[in-house]
Amino acid sequence: MASIDIAAIHKSYGIHPVLHGIDLEIKDGEFVVLVGPSGCGKSTLLRMIAGLEAVTDGEIRIDGKRVNDLAPKDRDIAMVFQSYALYPHMSVAKNMSYSLRLRKTAKEKIASVVASAATKLGLDPLMERRPKALSGGQRQRVAMGRAIVREPKAFLFDEPLSNLDARLREQMRAEIKKLHQDLGATSIYVTHDQIEAMTLADRIVAMHGGIIQQVGSPLELYDNPANLFVAGFIGSPGMNFFEGRYLATGDTANFALTGGIVLPLGGTAKLADGSRATLGIRPEHVILGAEGPDTMMATVDLVEPTGFGIIVHLKLGPVAFKAFTLDRRFLGMHGEVAVKLPVPNLHFFNEEGRKV
Amino acid sequence: MASLAARNGGSRRDQRPLKKRLADASAPYLYSAPALILIVTVMLVPLVLGISYAFRDIQLLNPFSGGFIGLDHFKTLSQDQNFYRALKNTLWWTGWSVLLQFVFGLILALLLDKPFYGRAIVQALVFLPWAVPSFLAGLNWAWLFNPVVGPIPHWLFALGLMSEPYNILSDPQLSMWGPIIANVWWGIPFFAITLLAALQAIPRDLYEAASIDGAGPVQRFISITLPFLAPTIAITVLLRTVWISNFADLIIVMTNGGPADRSQIVASYIFTQAFKRLDFGYASAIALVLLVLLITYSMLIVVLRQWLLSKD
Amino acid sequence: MTAKRIASVVAHRLAILAYVAFALFPLYWLLKVSVTPNKLLYSEGIKMWPSRTSFEHFEFVLKHSDFPVFFKNSLIVSGSTAIIVTVLASLAGYAMSRFDFRGKYWIVTLMLLTQMFPLVMLVAPIFKILSPLGLTNSLTGLVIVYTAFNVPFATFLMQSFFDGIPKDLEEAAMIDGATQFVAFRQIILPLTLPGIAATLGFVFTAAWSELLFSLMLISGNDAATFPVGLLSFVSKFSVDFGQMMAAGVMALIPACLFFLLIQRYLVQGLTAGAVKG
Ligand SMILES: Nc1ncnc2c1ncn2[C@@H]1O[C@H](COP(=O)(O)OP(=O)(O)OP(=O)(O)O)[C@@H](O)[C@H]1O
Ligand SMILES: [Mg+2]
Repeated sequence: MASIDIAAIHKSYGIHPVLHGIDLEIKDGEFVVLVGPSGCGKSTLLRMIAGLEAVTDGEIRIDGKRVNDLAPKDRDIAMVFQSYALYPHMSVAKNMSYSLRLRKTAKEKIASVVASAATKLGLDPLMERRPKALSGGQRQRVAMGRAIVREPKAFLFDEPLSNLDARLREQMRAEIKKLHQDLGATSIYVTHDQIEAMTLADRIVAMHGGIIQQVGSPLELYDNPANLFVAGFIGSPGMNFFEGRYLATGDTANFALTGGIVLPLGGTAKLADGSRATLGIRPEHVILGAEGPDTMMATVDLVEPTGFGIIVHLKLGPVAFKAFTLDRRFLGMHGEVAVKLPVPNLHFFNEEGRKV
Repeated sequence: MASLAARNGGSRRDQRPLKKRLADASAPYLYSAPALILIVTVMLVPLVLGISYAFRDIQLLNPFSGGFIGLDHFKTLSQDQNFYRALKNTLWWTGWSVLLQFVFGLILALLLDKPFYGRAIVQALVFLPWAVPSFLAGLNWAWLFNPVVGPIPHWLFALGLMSEPYNILSDPQLSMWGPIIANVWWGIPFFAITLLAALQAIPRDLYEAASIDGAGPVQRFISITLPFLAPTIAITVLLRTVWISNFADLIIVMTNGGPADRSQIVASYIFTQAFKRLDFGYASAIALVLLVLLITYSMLIVVLRQWLLSKD
Repeated sequence: MTAKRIASVVAHRLAILAYVAFALFPLYWLLKVSVTPNKLLYSEGIKMWPSRTSFEHFEFVLKHSDFPVFFKNSLIVSGSTAIIVTVLASLAGYAMSRFDFRGKYWIVTLMLLTQMFPLVMLVAPIFKILSPLGLTNSLTGLVIVYTAFNVPFATFLMQSFFDGIPKDLEEAAMIDGATQFVAFRQIILPLTLPGIAATLGFVFTAAWSELLFSLMLISGNDAATFPVGLLSFVSKFSVDFGQMMAAGVMALIPACLFFLLIQRYLVQGLTAGAVKG
């Protein structure tokens, strides 16, 4: 187990820059999840840590030791690929023991380590099979097994569950979490899946366009997104955004939406009077059927039951937004409904998209 | 600002130590070095030497030959009626051989792409001609065309296509067809194998989707099979055309260019000049012209392909 | 509907039958003449099978000619060429498939160009280069020349096989502790076996049939290969069809056997090159 320091990492393919200065310190035993839209450089970063991709500039340290120029085999890390990358011509047992055999580990040691990993992952009856004869979930387990037999300094996962069905993914997610609790190994995990990120991570790293947007615990990113990108990316259904102009009037302020509607804000925000800004609110914070002051009438566009709750698509003038509620009364709703956007749950973003 | 542009522009200094950078950069060359060294010493260097012969007077039996004579060979060549005839025959020989091999190869690949009982055996048998050494294929067909031991003239006679059983290889009108038929027989498997491999790589669900969309067999062939095969077809036809225009074995073995040079192609003409008349200088000059023609042809095809690719 | 289906199946089988007949008839004829006794050769020249068969021609060829030597020479030359070419082409094809490097474009161009060289033009220069090295009139010299001629196409072939093997696999191996070369040897090569078999077979048959260079670089019977032997035989005994064809049948046997063994992998290997996994 080890800490991993990433300092001012840059990466270009030819003249195309992909990563623009990534700084990240990962503590010993920490579980870090990288999220971000497709093409933002998550895999690239992971592969640079693994040593599969040359570092253009900056430094990667494992346990304080610079590894930029070490070959993958000398970094002592394990990686689980999205495609699993099991060796098709080797049995499950051979797949799992390959790394130990390469390191000339004693035969008895290999046998015992592989057997205990197999038991841990429920692979015992499958050890002599070839990967071709396994189901997707079983292959995934073998890939995990191959990684854990070595007790490496760190685990790298590149979307390891994305080829599984929803039910299996949920199950494997829990198993990975349990494994991490057992082994306590430093892990870096790339995913597209919100729930995987939220449930697994000690810290989430949100990336966009080759730049880290925010690093923090899952709830920090959820409750206090640093900018528009993170606010929109984390959470499902995503945060609602309203563009408009911030108008300060003494102690209180108003927010004029582009559609002409004016929202009264209870207090003030750190925005200049008259500046353009974006207001954000999570769907579950929108109050439906509200009464009293500061309510507005919105048109119901569509009602989507998810089983667990209900997503209501609304329109405020020309501006579309969503509300999420657990209250089944709203299932049959149509026409107009009174909504309220409670001030404590509002997020303000300035013209550059930073949270204020 | 300028430094930032430089940083993002990728002109960033490579940080790897020199030794590792060298090792990384040289790996692909190390892998290909043995093959390359061999190609350069056994093909490229002799080619350059051979090109130099085209400008020298090299006659094997004449000890006073060997001097540089500039473009004399090419001047002679431009007047050489036999060369022009050989050039025309080369077009004829290559065109028909490639066309027939391709058409029959494609049909065979399509036939074999359907599963049927005994397919593995049939496949092995129909591909067998490819394993036959080319000169033996030539001898074999020459024998088949020979009325003394071969059945073909007798069949043609029985069908009324011939007034009497004679050897078409000695008929100036038909002699070229002998080697072409042998070549087609010998070359069908090559096309069939590559096209069959390409066919089997087409995802089956595409056909299913097309049938559901209401496409008939012909439409499926035109809208799915052909586009998928196109890259394979292009490269195989290109390679094959080049090979076949250089391929003199069958002609030399079957007709030796005769009768009266009616089946002489450029490649066999070079052979005759070099090994019958032992005039290596002149032979090299002809070969150089052939090489230039083939390279021009290939470049045209490559450019055409690029243009087609960029169009869609 | 069913009538149409049956008609199409029948047409399919008939077409296959026609192909098989076309492919095999010349070989069948070769065999037939080779077992026809001399006396019947002309009287039963175009019968489908002679009324009496004999192995006299084979006996003559085996006992009273140098064919056993030619046979051995050809086997050595073709076998060694096939093995060496496959090794070299695997290495070069791997580089083409897995590395992005500056010289790649030029190497591919060079290899494509070699496919266009009129080989006749190379005979005299190659002779001139090999002769002072004592490599003319030797099987080693032939192997070197054949290897060079076959490496370019075999490299393209091997490259397409490697392209079909996901890069993830060797990356996984490298993380598991292998160097790139070990990953190549232990993970990638075993998965390319069908491709390797296909390349071996392709090169073996090509080397087995080569005539021109064997004819030019070898003088005398000691190092002559089968094609040269057969050709000299043909010119010497050009009237004795039975013996020529018996020799032809024997030249055919190893190449055909080898081909029958590997032809399955040829299609399989080429297909694997085109699809992933
Ligand atoms: N070998 C390469 N050569 C050139 N560009 C590359 C290469 N590999 C990746 N890229 C580019 O680098 C960028 C980042 O790619 P990367 O694979 O890291 O994205 P990602 O965040 O993992 O995306 P995804 O979520 O889709 O897997 C992309 O724009 C991609 O096109
Ligand atoms: Mg990725």
